[in-house]
Amino acid sequence: MFMMSYQLPEFVIERREDKCIKCRVCERQCAFEGHEYDEEFDRMFSYEDKCVGCQRCVVFCPTNALIIKPHPGDYRPNANWTREKLQDLKKQAETGGVILTGSGNDKGYRIYWDHLVLNASQVTNPSIDPLREPMELRTFLGRKPDSLQLEIDGDDVQITTELTPNVAIETPIVFTAMSYGAISYQAFKSLAMAASEFGTLFNTGEGGLPTELRKYGKNAIVQCASGRFGVDPEYLNCSAAVEIKIGQGAKPGIGGHLPGEKVSVWISETRMIPEGTDALSPAPQHDIYSIEDLSMLIYALKEATNYEKPVSVKIAAVHNAPAIASGMVRAGADIIALDGLRGGTGAAPKIIRDNVGIPIEMALASVDRRLREEGIRNKASILVAGGFRNSGDVLKAIALGADAVYIGSPALIAMGCTMCQKCYTGKCNWGICTQDPYLTKRLNPEIASQRLVNLLRGWSHEIKEMLGGMGINAIESVRGNRDHLRGVGLEDWELDVLGVKGAGEV
Amino acid sequence: MVSTSGAIKDMFLGEVRKIDELFRFIKIDGELAEIDATELKHKELNDLMRECIFKGAEKFVLKNVYGHRYIGTRLNISNPKRVQIDIYGTAGNDLGAFLNGHKIVVHGNAQDGVGNTMDDGEIIIEGRAGDVVAMSMRGGKIFIRDNVGYRTAIHMKEFENKVPVLVVGGTAQDFFGEYMAGGRVILLGLNLKENEAHKAHYIGTGMHGGIIYIRGKVEDYQLGREVGVLEPEKEDWKLIEENVRRFSDCFGFNSDDILSDKFIKLIPVSRRPYGKIYAY
Ligand code: SF4
Ligand code: SF4
Repeated sequence: MFMMSYQLPEFVIERREDKCIKCRVCERQCAFEGHEYDEEFDRMFSYEDKCVGCQRCVVFCPTNALIIKPHPGDYRPNANWTREKLQDLKKQAETGGVILTGSGNDKGYRIYWDHLVLNASQVTNPSIDPLREPMELRTFLGRKPDSLQLEIDGDDVQITTELTPNVAIETPIVFTAMSYGAISYQAFKSLAMAASEFGTLFNTGEGGLPTELRKYGKNAIVQCASGRFGVDPEYLNCSAAVEIKIGQGAKPGIGGHLPGEKVSVWISETRMIPEGTDALSPAPQHDIYSIEDLSMLIYALKEATNYEKPVSVKIAAVHNAPAIASGMVRAGADIIALDGLRGGTGAAPKIIRDNVGIPIEMALASVDRRLREEGIRNKASILVAGGFRNSGDVLKAIALGADAVYIGSPALIAMGCTMCQKCYTGKCNWGICTQDPYLTKRLNPEIASQRLVNLLRGWSHEIKEMLGGMGINAIESVRGNRDHLRGVGLEDWELDVLGVKGAGEV
Repeated sequence: MVSTSGAIKDMFLGEVRKIDELFRFIKIDGELAEIDATELKHKELNDLMRECIFKGAEKFVLKNVYGHRYIGTRLNISNPKRVQIDIYGTAGNDLGAFLNGHKIVVHGNAQDGVGNTMDDGEIIIEGRAGDVVAMSMRGGKIFIRDNVGYRTAIHMKEFENKVPVLVVGGTAQDFFGEYMAGGRVILLGLNLKENEAHKAHYIGTGMHGGIIYIRGKVEDYQLGREVGVLEPEKEDWKLIEENVRRFSDCFGFNSDDILSDKFIKLIPVSRRPYGKIYAY
């Protein structure tokens, strides 16, 4: 029996008829079919119930005739039963399903970056002008030795300690795991191109690396996740580093389902699963049920890569992250990757995205502290992900103990994403989170990679400016240096976990 | 708060000797390298094998293997010669993990993780194997004479002509073929008693690709909800026959006897077993 939907439209589509020239651009641009031209009436019609607010049509309308804004129509104001809660509940009453969503947690959990401020030099130690003096952002990811033995023969200095593999990056910013499958080939390639141009890394995510893109392997962290998609010996060996994915901030503890609609023949080839099937990543890695098992896989990967690559292990930031991280280091991980509560996703159950995990600021500070207390901080680099919005957040994270930062959403936004959260539908109008050739060809990797390089350049400059202001000329000197941070508007326990003083405390 | 000062003991790399200290454990005879593993750590054994390949070894005989891990994994050299590795003793975890084309024969049993994410090659085990056999296997063949443990053939894969095959002579424990996305698995049950059913429950749970063939009794309740039971057809028999013959050749069984029995064929009922639980 037909069941009517009781959903309210989320957005208003305002078409200023005096400006509209009926060119039908908006109709073609919208994969959600929010606009339609009617020949009989010679008029454009809008379907507000279909609009997701991605703003693609607004940007592309040649006459600026369109305004898309959140729908003001609302239920009776109620602090408990918000519009979103009612809408979600109605959707479930209509479908009986688990509500899916995309992108990161949008709830109002405290964003600690906004409660931390950085220091600068005044009078007593001079600031440095990065335009005139060298500033070092180069970062090395991987295990560092406990001590260094040197052999000095006149001017000739030799390190005799056996070093473990490290990867050098030119800025402490790395593109986070976004798989070919979750994002389009074009978006994936853009990330690879930008990473290689700027001298940093991208992360393949768990969907493999198409053969013709293996030339970007030197700049790739290749993932080995529970589905083991696309994991072949060459894939592992063409990389800069290998990452075992245990969890993801947007959906700690659960696996991934790349919907069948997105499993095109090309995806099917790289992932080695039948076309049109759901790509199922089981929740756990079925060969890992303990730290000892994790160690097994870490060393299997080291064996498979002849001990030439650092191995990273990525977990979602959860309550006991510090103890797990300690186990990970002891199991042989060279890089600990932590993905926080606000980390993005191509598809996740909304209830999990919005309610599970802890903010990355807290996870980072407590993991860094735990590893320092145990005397093993040097044995692994810490890469953090989940909610970085600008270079200020990045520098604060480094001062809190991170070696480098993973960015996902900022990279997507640079390519055109507007955080509409509809990635799971496979209809991304920006050609990013879709496999529909009509949509993906909207993204030109030459242009998109330039946008990404620009972003990295802008943020890196800003970091240098801030460092210069602190009177520091190498990012290394600010790493884990909490003296350069102060909290504003935080409770004692929060300052305690973060390990920073309150503003005004000296 | 836990506090351990200084160095942590490395579970795997502690006291690994340099390669030049290890040559005394090898006997080389033309293309044959014989290694006595008694006093070797697993990394040392794998270091030695890799070195031998570069020196032209094409056949390995490994004596006194007691749980050495990752045998074959480090031989992922680009454009490698395909070598044969004969193992005497018990092969350790992750035997042939990520293997790319070599042949491994174990004259004994193997522990967990045989053929983990294996890409190509052949593994023959004259005995039993532990848990997570053929996990995410992508290509090549594995023949195991006796039983396997839990979680066998999880997330096995295939694409076009690259179809991995696993044949198990005995029975298997639970979660056999879970999340299978491709490949062919043949379970023969040769050691089952008259009327005894296979051990595994949850066979093919979450399966969404590939085919499982089973000889010997399986009750309905042992099957996952995502599989359907069919009779093998002509194409299936061709594949079963070819692989059962190879299996029998390896271990000295009479293939005609095995092939004269009934087999069932399990395939996924849906390519999207969990497609319906979401609200779009
Ligand atoms: S794109 Fe703008 S001008 Fe063209 S039909 Fe749509 S609203 Fe009118
Ligand atoms: S990637 Fe596309 S679908 Fe996903 S949030 Fe951004 S614009 Fe929306």
